[in-house]
Amino acid sequence: MKFLLRIIVILAGLIALWQVIIMIFNLPPYILPTPFSVLSTLQNRFALIVHETQITAIETLLGLLLGTLFGSIAALLMASFRSFSFWMLPVLVMSQAIPTFAIAPLLVIWLGYGMTSKIATAIIMIFFPIASSFYDGLKQTQQGWVDLAKTMHAKKWRFFWYIRMPAALPSFASGLRVATVAAPIGAVIGEWVGASQGLGFLMLNANARMQIDLMFAGLVILIIFSLALYFLMDKSLKWLIPWQKFQEHS
Amino acid sequence: MSTAPTILLENLHLSYQNEIVFKQLNLTISPSKWTCLLGPSGIGKSTLLKLIAGLIPAKISGEFFRGTIRTDNTMPVSEQVAYMPQTDLLQPWFTAFDNALIGYRLRGFVPDSILKQAKKLFSLAGLDKALKKYPYQLSGGMRQRVALIRTLLEDKPIVLMDEPFSAVDTITRFQLQTLASELLKNRTVLLVTHDPLEALRLADDIIILSGKPAGIAHTMQLDSPAPRNMDNADVIHYQGLLFDALTKAKEIEA
Repeated sequence: MKFLLRIIVILAGLIALWQVIIMIFNLPPYILPTPFSVLSTLQNRFALIVHETQITAIETLLGLLLGTLFGSIAALLMASFRSFSFWMLPVLVMSQAIPTFAIAPLLVIWLGYGMTSKIATAIIMIFFPIASSFYDGLKQTQQGWVDLAKTMHAKKWRFFWYIRMPAALPSFASGLRVATVAAPIGAVIGEWVGASQGLGFLMLNANARMQIDLMFAGLVILIIFSLALYFLMDKSLKWLIPWQKFQEHS
Repeated sequence: MSTAPTILLENLHLSYQNEIVFKQLNLTISPSKWTCLLGPSGIGKSTLLKLIAGLIPAKISGEFFRGTIRTDNTMPVSEQVAYMPQTDLLQPWFTAFDNALIGYRLRGFVPDSILKQAKKLFSLAGLDKALKKYPYQLSGGMRQRVALIRTLLEDKPIVLMDEPFSAVDTITRFQLQTLASELLKNRTVLLVTHDPLEALRLADDIIILSGKPAGIAHTMQLDSPAPRNMDNADVIHYQGLLFDALTKAKEIEA
């Protein structure tokens, strides 16, 4: 079964389970709203939700773009200069060891309530998966290709451009897939610790005012947005790097 | 192309992880001929090929190499060598045609004459329709033909081949051997192989390595022109001798 279809089946199952739990335990709407009331909230507050979604989407996409850019540059530098990788590898591991949650409030203080601090949290979330996967790919060029290029007296930069880099792209792509899932989380974390707009802000605010149906509506949109972004990325990567499937056979 | 050179290996000494692979090995590879290198697995045939190709540096961790590898002209060996490895090593992101030209791309410039030559070779190899296909759209035999064209386009007087026909079925191998033999005439070819029949079909000289450290156990010269058919008198005459020599070479090791 296709992956997308499986996700739809799973979601339908979860929604059904949700409704069944409400009926069995007789839960009041301020604990768990029904799927139907969430849907009607989505309809009634559509303009608001669309606006907040746009904010989170912009933060996510900019974070993804910049995080990918920074991560790729770090990987390229590490692969090219031994001394850079010598000092950069510990930084890379440290960047992953620091919980994003812990420094998000700091980022709000430093970068303000606006979008910048949210973009920064997203960048911090995805810097490591991008940099480490791309670096791994660049370090693992087949010895046979290295030997062949050597007998051909390849120029260093041309070898990098025609062989080493394309050979690393499948590995880079798997890092980018992880980053695509992590980027919206980064943006929402940023919104939670201090913001005046965005889906994370909407959800936190609705939660505080016991508008659980609105909180769920925001959550549903966030999930749909994240999944759509992932599928778009996955499809584009498959189209742009068609040799992912065949690399091992060559 | 000027006449192909003789390759001279003098006093080769190679140790790898405290094991001596070659000790005082002397070997002369005849010019403009096909020399086939046979011998038990792990004896160092591929290593010898890599040494000549300049792929083993004088000193790396756990490896030690001494001796002279030269040709009878004044040019450095590594500038006269084209190398064809066991696997085709085609780049999956390039078309068959671009793969054949990879050497020129890696050095910087593809002359028009090479483009023409490449097209000619593709049609000689029966690959006209495969020009724009990607490696994963080609059969193993076709991929190996592309690798052969890539090797030929380097236009070097010495061609080193490391079992390039071993991964395909018998008939495809037969066809590849014939094609290679015809296209690589008048070059100094050193072919490492496990297949005695391949050596009998293609070689002018056959060298059998055996022992530890490896030395030359046996040499043979076949005078009839290659590629030979299976019913060629030389092939039939030398078959028994070659199998005996290879069996002996293996026993020495055991």
